[in-house]
Amino acid sequence: MPRHAVERLGTVTHLSILDETGAVDKALEPDIPETDLLEMHRAMLYGRCFDERMLKLQRQGRIGTFAPIKGQEAAQIGAAAHLRPSDWLVPSFREIAAQIWRGAKPRDIWLFAAGYNEGVAIPEDARDLPLCVPVATQLLHAAGVAYATKYRGEDDIVMTFHGDGATSEGDFHEALNFSGVLDLPVVFVCQNNQWAISLPLAKQTRSKTIAQKAVAYGIPGLRVDGNDILAVWVAAKEAVDRARNEQIPTLLECVTYRMEVHTTADDPTRYRTEDDVAPWRKRDPISRFETYLKAKGLIDDKTLKGMRETFRDALKHDWQETQERIEELDAGDPMGIFDALYAQDYPHITEQKAYFRERLKRERAHG
Amino acid sequence: MAELTMIQAVNLAMREALAEDDAVILLGQDVGVDGGIFRATQGLIEDFGAARVLDTPLAEAGIIGMAVGMALNGMKPVAEMQFSGFSYQAFHQIENHVARFRWRTNGRFSVPMVIRMPYGAGVRALEHHSESREAYWAHTPGLKLVIPSGPIKARALLAAAIRDPDPVIFYEPKALYRAFKEDVPDVAEPIKIGKADVVRVGKDLTLIAYGAMLPRAVDAATKLAGDGIEAEVIDLMTISPLDEETIIQSVKKTGRAVVVHEASRSFGVGAELCARINDKAFFHLEAPVKRVTGYDIHPPFFAREQHYLPSVLRIYDEARETLTI
Repeated sequence: MPRHAVERLGTVTHLSILDETGAVDKALEPDIPETDLLEMHRAMLYGRCFDERMLKLQRQGRIGTFAPIKGQEAAQIGAAAHLRPSDWLVPSFREIAAQIWRGAKPRDIWLFAAGYNEGVAIPEDARDLPLCVPVATQLLHAAGVAYATKYRGEDDIVMTFHGDGATSEGDFHEALNFSGVLDLPVVFVCQNNQWAISLPLAKQTRSKTIAQKAVAYGIPGLRVDGNDILAVWVAAKEAVDRARNEQIPTLLECVTYRMEVHTTADDPTRYRTEDDVAPWRKRDPISRFETYLKAKGLIDDKTLKGMRETFRDALKHDWQETQERIEELDAGDPMGIFDALYAQDYPHITEQKAYFRERLKRERAHG
Repeated sequence: MAELTMIQAVNLAMREALAEDDAVILLGQDVGVDGGIFRATQGLIEDFGAARVLDTPLAEAGIIGMAVGMALNGMKPVAEMQFSGFSYQAFHQIENHVARFRWRTNGRFSVPMVIRMPYGAGVRALEHHSESREAYWAHTPGLKLVIPSGPIKARALLAAAIRDPDPVIFYEPKALYRAFKEDVPDVAEPIKIGKADVVRVGKDLTLIAYGAMLPRAVDAATKLAGDGIEAEVIDLMTISPLDEETIIQSVKKTGRAVVVHEASRSFGVGAELCARINDKAFFHLEAPVKRVTGYDIHPPFFAREQHYLPSVLRIYDEARETLTI
């Protein structure tokens, strides 16, 4: 036969458990302990409050450009919830909720956003890489970290995040291919938020889904409603277990939406209308989760109000602490800009550092 | 005559090129509907259509590789890298192909194209958005590297770059995008690629700068004039190929030179200028050539970026020191 269909290469499933009204598919509903449900809700709501606060700080000129996460809390928390402390998180640049879940401190996030290198001082025991601005480049790092883990016979896994735009970069395809060929314990979480700055997904790829790209690399691809915390949790558990127990990578596509600007330097009114955004307001991941939790009798409006107030006060306090730190840093000498370039000092750097110290005195004396 | 910012002047040059030559095409991320994240291509998709102002998928290597193919087949692509910090994701295309096609086909194929990219610090941007790595491109044979220092020059140089038969890296100092306006003439006064501009005439020393450091060098010269020192200021405009003649002529006259750039110091453009001056004007020198540059570190996150950049005072101090020898 000169031409015949090759074997069925793969199936891409779409999973949805909790719909936008908060109704749950009982047959698919996972058995998650109540304390875990509440912890995830808390993280999502805190992530939302943190993001809102950060947007205000940016608009007030107190911090620089950042990428808001609004609407993507479920995709981040539902996935990161399965990580053990010894697992690795390799983020892109829109995972603040996941980073906080892993232990990142508001003060450090804000110091970084305010332009201070001190903000990226990652604790020694944290297996979290810093946020990564060049698109898709971190995905290969995730594969490399996973290789090292596997090489040493450890059962830690790597979870890495990227967006829909990243799937156009060569690094994305290389990372999937390497992970597939080398059987690496990586979970690639795609937050498909429909937009890469001004480009809608249809201008990014002709593929109907992002998950199907996994098929080409011979690895599992899953597609879930990324605003459905239960679906993300179930699919991510499957992917994490497979990575940990079988060393098989997975591409997990979370279909979500970028409710806010790309970054605070962006103006979405140039390329999308309220009509594009409106349907997604109803699909908010937090409100549908709250409907679910209320029906279970785990929360009520009063607890929610209390949580928001607690978060607001805590964030206020954290910002105050950040501001004090900034004042302290500004009052001191920024000699740290010469640090950590190499493992040791070299004469030309030492010389430039001494020169810089003299320049500081001179510039300050001059006002 | 229109009063334009540098970003508007860049836009004007591309508008004129699109109108003048059907072979010209713009491509890059967000250059179409969005008008470019810095608005460099604002309004162009409306007037020239989506086939000539092409929004591409998010892949730098894809953009440059495609542009190579377009140029091989008779088009004149003007590709945008959103930030120079992301151009490294296309490094292999630029080094292996853009820079070499004419040479590796013995002149049979050439790739006349322009790669525009914003570079440099000073706009309180994120990591990877503030570097000045012009030395990478200047060090690569087969590429030309042009850096404007204001609206009039940006328009004229970009027009020249698009007309050039060889590939040109057009490095845009983003700190100057909206820093000041100039009266940009209705018809571009041509500026040749490969020529430097003496922006201020002086006899006591030569300040050599380009891009966002040019206005600072000019301010330093003004400050020196207050001390009765006449500094000549040269705007390189084209980094590669370098206008050696203008530089050597000036240094032979003044006997002293200070090179200013925001890129880190070692192995940078300043080092090349020192070497050329040593080669051609050594016996005219009254003092060693000075470099006032960024430090040999990555530009710090933005709260400290001004500490990294050469200040007017620092340029002035270093010039004064040169004069004490």
